[in-house]
Amino acid sequence: MQLSILTSITGLLVLGYILELLRRQQLREKYAAIWLAIGLLVAPLGFVPDLLDSTARRLGVASGASLVLFAGFVLILLVSLHLSWETSRLEAETRTLAEDVALIRAHLVQQGNYPMADRAADASAADATEAQVNS
Amino acid sequence: MSGDRRVLIILPAWNEEDGLPSVLREIQEQLPYVDTLVVDDGSADSTAAVAKAAGSAVAQLPFNLGVGGAMRLGYRYAQQHGYDVAIQVDADGQHDPAYIPALLERLATGEADLVIGARFAGDGNYKVGGPRKWAMKLLSVVLSRITKTKLTDTTSGFRACNRPLIEFFARWYPVEYLGDTIESMVGAARSGFTVRQVPVSMRARTTGTPSASPFRAMVYLSRAGLVLLLAMIRRMPKELKEFAPGSRYYAAFTQRAAERRRRELTKA
Repeated sequence: MQLSILTSITGLLVLGYILELLRRQQLREKYAAIWLAIGLLVAPLGFVPDLLDSTARRLGVASGASLVLFAGFVLILLVSLHLSWETSRLEAETRTLAEDVALIRAHLVQQGNYPMADRAADASAADATEAQVNS
Repeated sequence: MSGDRRVLIILPAWNEEDGLPSVLREIQEQLPYVDTLVVDDGSADSTAAVAKAAGSAVAQLPFNLGVGGAMRLGYRYAQQHGYDVAIQVDADGQHDPAYIPALLERLATGEADLVIGARFAGDGNYKVGGPRKWAMKLLSVVLSRITKTKLTDTTSGFRACNRPLIEFFARWYPVEYLGDTIESMVGAARSGFTVRQVPVSMRARTTGTPSASPFRAMVYLSRAGLVLLLAMIRRMPKELKEFAPGSRYYAAFTQRAAERRRRELTKA
């Protein structure tokens, strides 16, 4: 089997999967844009793996395949870094939200109309019921 | 002692239902003029209910954020409710409330914005050994340089701060490892706030165990080093300058504090 068959099918499958995720609204546009651009760029290379050979030689890389491998690695690195950055931002937002919830709850408890569960009391009440049942 | 200043003691608590009532009772007996806030940091037990039953205000986080996370919530509460002084005390009973008047006095004189209760400053006999001791030694030397004052116990969680720092910490309090002690102090010092320490003696903890193996101490040393490095090079948010020494807000605060002190002295 020729290498180009394997790579072209993989390229098309990945592109199709990204489009399908987008169609089902499982992927936010801001992330999808990056992936779609990557997919569109890589898919033609699947059909003609030698396309980059001349560019690769000019950059001092032995073959087009090596260049794609290198570029792919750098890209994955950047994408994971971007995800870590997004997570940090999300964590900061979640923290602020948690604080707001706690402040509002504390205010309501002080106003005297917010129920507060006492797990220890619940547990001892459960024990008492159990003792009654057993006796 | 506290004059007409409104004082809030913040107790970050994570699963402390056993020790908390006695700690709160001790504070209420010795310092009837202060309010307490227990920050329940996502406890699985009934820390919040126990604290409320003991007569304290409670702020309950929906999940565990760590001490730094709990503390920013405490400072936001202090800021919202207009407290003049916020004091951080551990909920496990290690910190003796008898030293709180000393912290308050040091703040009242206006010579410090942040006062730290330090364990190795002569009072008491709290001791650590080995690599953990070197780590603490290194931290003291570096942080003493940064804060331009002699600090002997930089990781102490027993500290008091004034209104401008409450405003500052309500907006900026690091949530990560050692952020509640080292990084918050470096951030305050780099923004121009004055840090001082007061000797205290520490009691044996009633619950939990200290981390002590040499390997863990080495990990502690390297993590502390990283935190310190990051704290030094991190860019502070610009809007915090509004409350730091040199701002109009801070000047107005100093003036009010001086007037209050003069009134108290003439009254006494």
